Amino acid sequence: MARIVTALALGTALTTGLGGLAQAQTLVYCSEGSPEGFNPALYTSGTTFDASSRAIFNRLVQFERGTTTIIPGLAERWEVSDDGLTYTFYLRDDVQWHSNDDFTPTRGLTADDVIHTFERQLNEDNPYHELSGGTYEYFISMGMPDLIESIERIDDYTVRFNLTRPEAPFMANMGMDFASIMSLEHAEAMTEAGTPELIDRRPVGTGPFQLVDYQQDAIIRYRAFDAYDWGEPALVENLIFSITPDPGVRYAKLQAGECHVMPYPNPADLQEMEEDPDVNLLQQEGLNVGYLAFNTEREPFDNVQVRRALAMAVNKDAIIEAIYQGAGVAATNPIPPTIWSYNEDVEDIPYDPEGARELLAEAGYPDGFSTDIWAMPVQRPYNPNARRMAEIIQADWAEIGVEAEIVTYEWGEYLARSNRGEHETLLLGWTGDNGDPDNFLYVLLSCDAAQNGTNRARWCNEEFDALVTEAKQTADREERIRLYEEAQVVFKDQAPWVTIAHSVVFEPVRPEVTDYRIDPFGGHIFYGVGLEQ
Amino acid sequence: MLRFLVTRVSLVIPTFIGVTLLTFALIRLIPGDPIELLVGERGIDPERHAELRAEMGLDQPLLHQYGIYIWDVLQGDLGRSVVTRQPVLHEFFELFPATLELSLCAMIFALSIGLTAGVIAAVRRNSVFDHTVMGVSLTGYSMPIFWWAILLILLFSVNLGWTPVSGRIDVIYWFDQPTGFMLIDSLLSGQEGAFTSAVRHLILPAIVLGTIPLAVIARMTRSSMLEVLGEDYIRTARAKGLRPQRVVGLHALRNALIPVVTVIGLQVGVLLTGAILTETIFAWPGVGKWLIEAIHRRDYPTLQGGILLIATAVILVNLTVDLLYGIINPRIRHAR
Repeated sequence: MARIVTALALGTALTTGLGGLAQAQTLVYCSEGSPEGFNPALYTSGTTFDASSRAIFNRLVQFERGTTTIIPGLAERWEVSDDGLTYTFYLRDDVQWHSNDDFTPTRGLTADDVIHTFERQLNEDNPYHELSGGTYEYFISMGMPDLIESIERIDDYTVRFNLTRPEAPFMANMGMDFASIMSLEHAEAMTEAGTPELIDRRPVGTGPFQLVDYQQDAIIRYRAFDAYDWGEPALVENLIFSITPDPGVRYAKLQAGECHVMPYPNPADLQEMEEDPDVNLLQQEGLNVGYLAFNTEREPFDNVQVRRALAMAVNKDAIIEAIYQGAGVAATNPIPPTIWSYNEDVEDIPYDPEGARELLAEAGYPDGFSTDIWAMPVQRPYNPNARRMAEIIQADWAEIGVEAEIVTYEWGEYLARSNRGEHETLLLGWTGDNGDPDNFLYVLLSCDAAQNGTNRARWCNEEFDALVTEAKQTADREERIRLYEEAQVVFKDQAPWVTIAHSVVFEPVRPEVTDYRIDPFGGHIFYGVGLEQ
Repeated sequence: MLRFLVTRVSLVIPTFIGVTLLTFALIRLIPGDPIELLVGERGIDPERHAELRAEMGLDQPLLHQYGIYIWDVLQGDLGRSVVTRQPVLHEFFELFPATLELSLCAMIFALSIGLTAGVIAAVRRNSVFDHTVMGVSLTGYSMPIFWWAILLILLFSVNLGWTPVSGRIDVIYWFDQPTGFMLIDSLLSGQEGAFTSAVRHLILPAIVLGTIPLAVIARMTRSSMLEVLGEDYIRTARAKGLRPQRVVGLHALRNALIPVVTVIGLQVGVLLTGAILTETIFAWPGVGKWLIEAIHRRDYPTLQGGILLIATAVILVNLTVDLLYGIINPRIRHAR
């Protein structure tokens, strides 16, 4: 990337710490890795979203920072037709695009940009569809190609989406990273210059920060975008991502004052961080669930009594203490309590080894049986140590005569094999994408999901499926809540999973950082975040 | 000399073929594929999975894939990263100067201390200094790099605040990098304090990366010197009344260096391997860190291309070392 030779206006401060930086209001974030690119539609990793969609771009609707509440974004208002098939978005007429060395915009945001953004992902004949590999996996996995029938330009600032079926979570989907709006004028200019791929590498967005420089694997520099005056603004002049893969080193940099915010702390460092005067350890219940799924297509897990018995034998409190070090809450439902429609009345299957033994005998297995527990090889917010968790469950099950062998594979292989249903029981989890209950209940437990693999329990229950399908197509929020609450009752009764825990997410920041909020979707957002002088 | 050169160079060809074959085969033996890792827990339906595999050419028979790869390599095309979609060659040369700068500094550190310590230990055989050097070098050689790095960071960066924790330069400095070597570019930038900052950032990673080569070089120099110091011609030189510094520095060291140079050549391979860990810990944006990412993401073209280019560098260095023998010791040149 061509670098603009500019010295930050920092005088000649010869300091390694952030004392000098603070004068120029530069916030340094020690990010965990390099973005794969700068077009969030092409990738699915949070690292890429942090570096692109959350800093540079906007969406038609957005999530209020630190919440799952949908608020106006590039669209200042919208209308949904009574049949739920048509969504009309009214765009702001004062939104400006960023500029860079290669491109200076001549106009602000219009409906053409919105259509360009979605047509590129949707339409194989779109001239930009194949650009940069054309892997729109998030868009595809959210079912958008089947859902969007057409997109119409009503006028410069009005755009209409026609859907093939009513889909209540559509609004929430429009707030997701892949729906970040890109500039058509930029795409055309770069194509004319013979470098169309630059639209994905040197992005032009409308957001609070504009990209100034990226040195691969080292540093990403952003500057606050002056013309962004309609949303929550950037409070610092410069934003820097200092790429630091090792969590121990990130913590050392935070301590040494080389960065202000770091993601994904090492669980072993949490206690020290809590006592560290140079660190504010923020924490929030994550929008996630860690679970153990039974492969319900296989014997004996097709028997609900067996599933309930095994769930009854698992001591969740011990797991939360040992694996989450107390930073988690036992999960009852498959959705976390922070998501609307969470059913408070559902009672968890109690820990009762004696009852489990009896139930197992009733189901025809008085002497138990042998099975496997698949343990993920990676650490995830919803499961910090799957191997250790599997060992605890193995011991719990041994108490009721069930012998389990722990199996693990390399991560890609683990996902591929479990997608094909080669497991008997497996540990996995999920972090929400858009705050809609559908994003857990339908995506992880519907009959459709049992076919495409995300339903790792391969559980297809007609009653549950009818409820979540109806809820997906119902516009009325109260009615949806009722349907989802009912679905959670069916889920608990049928026990396709042992719901294990909703974990707490930690983010260490330096004390001078103001109003940093943990994003429930796992992102790292820096507009609205300031530095005390 | 020409015949010697031709023989050595012709040996390089089978080595290259071996490297391409090995990397190609080994990385495909690692389970998992880039597509599964791209979508994660989200999953992907089998049809779309097959479609993407076909787009990446992964659905072809292995021999066919290898054939295409070799054909492209011969034309100078190492392919594009399946993750960033950038040409592998472009990414490599963008990052390689950082690795080279770090490795060179590590080597200078290892050589200057290793050679000196080895020579002094040999001359003062069985002294306290000798035992200390041998003990410390054995410890250095056995030190796990990541542990050593974290230890130094905690001591010098966090507790004492003498050196920065990681990176190549303070984030406050920002300038064009025409050469990719931070020491040179920071000087060219004319920004006050930039060069000092670049040097300070180099210290810890260079020490960490140079520790194992330093230990090997010190031990090798010592034993090689001891052998040479016992030779007749050294006794003759001493008997002639030459000053001890001249005997050791000129007569003994030059001959003792021959095996040491071999070891130094081999240590280049060690340095580049060590760079993978060192760069990851110190967030040093070089090819080592880049390759680790490629392994995690099963980015086959990046891995194949990166390893091939690093192997080329190692082969070239060793070739140079072989040629250097002739200069240091004419007997070798004539014997061949």
